[in-house]
Amino acid sequence: MSRHLAIVPALNEAGSIAQIVAEIHQHAAGFDVVVIDDGSTDDTAAIAAAAGARVISLPFNLGIGGAVQCGYLYARDNGYQVAVQVDGDGQHDPRDIPRLLAALAEEPAVDMITGSRFLTGEAGYRSSALRRLGIRVFAALMSLITRQRITDATSGFRMSARRGIELFARDYPHDYPEVEAILLLHAHRLRQREVAVTMRPRMSGRSTIGRALSAYYMAKVLLAVLVGMLRARPDGGIGEPPA
Amino acid sequence: MIVLALAHAKAPPTLQRVAVIAIAVIVVAVVVELVRRRRLMERYALLWLAAAATLFVLAVWQGLLTTLSGDLGIRSGPNLLFAVGFAFVVVLLLSMTLVISRLSDENKRLAQRVALLADRLAALEQERSET
Repeated sequence: MSRHLAIVPALNEAGSIAQIVAEIHQHAAGFDVVVIDDGSTDDTAAIAAAAGARVISLPFNLGIGGAVQCGYLYARDNGYQVAVQVDGDGQHDPRDIPRLLAALAEEPAVDMITGSRFLTGEAGYRSSALRRLGIRVFAALMSLITRQRITDATSGFRMSARRGIELFARDYPHDYPEVEAILLLHAHRLRQREVAVTMRPRMSGRSTIGRALSAYYMAKVLLAVLVGMLRARPDGGIGEPPA
Repeated sequence: MIVLALAHAKAPPTLQRVAVIAIAVIVVAVVVELVRRRRLMERYALLWLAAAATLFVLAVWQGLLTTLSGDLGIRSGPNLLFAVGFAFVVVLLLSMTLVISRLSDENKRLAQRVALLADRLAALEQERSET
């Protein structure tokens, strides 16, 4: 068994899941694939299993945070040293996984590598104006808080080393976890950095964040970040405090 | 109704006081019955029993509401009752959302555990059938 795991949260992604799993096997051969089926009502689980992924089916829909955390629990319990999140809708290109892994291997002190859409001027998939504004706001806010340059706080294309896996298995945000996870990592004194990637348009399914929900998303994540700062080190432990 | 009945707390007509006492007794009876059927947990029942007890005391103890509101500088008894009742409801709502938050977190953990255990069980069964 390899010590690297790709976590693919999927909700009704029957149209794309087989291709994602195949692409991960092809472009990131050292990675086991676990698909977390977040209460899909279509054939996502069966198709993913047929494509050669390990499939863990949640008994009902938990939302992206709960599903991804389940993947981290699996990674922790099975002794994986590296785990990468790859969305089940095809936005994340598995061809980038080896580059994330190389970046992680390059600096052992770094606990999480985020694939950023905005690190270079590369023209990739662009989302709506409103969403881009939100993405900018969060990137600026998180840069300010972590005192390092963060260009893409909302990217879910992330690779974590063992300490990150252990942290996320124990404590992971609920609804829209990406921004909060950056804060969580920072609060636990773990290190992170970004690597440029190009995201693709989704192959199937719809965004979990519709237009009407965007305002709610912004408000909820802002509240979570501000309260999270007051909390500082939510559950103790994991990272070493600064010397 | 209750509030109106208590509005004349200085000398509430006997009929109204009896009505309020009856309501308090009914609340107690319903709560006790719900607990007996295990539909309501004791720890949440206490809150409702306390509310019923408060009603009961106000109905029995003549002039208490008027005296209290007078001491607090509130012009009429019913206003005090409204304020206390509203505060009670707000606290109750907050405690409900606290309970829901805790439950949904525990629910999430359970769902994750169940999914992981089901996966391990399936793997073990397959391993066993192969040997």
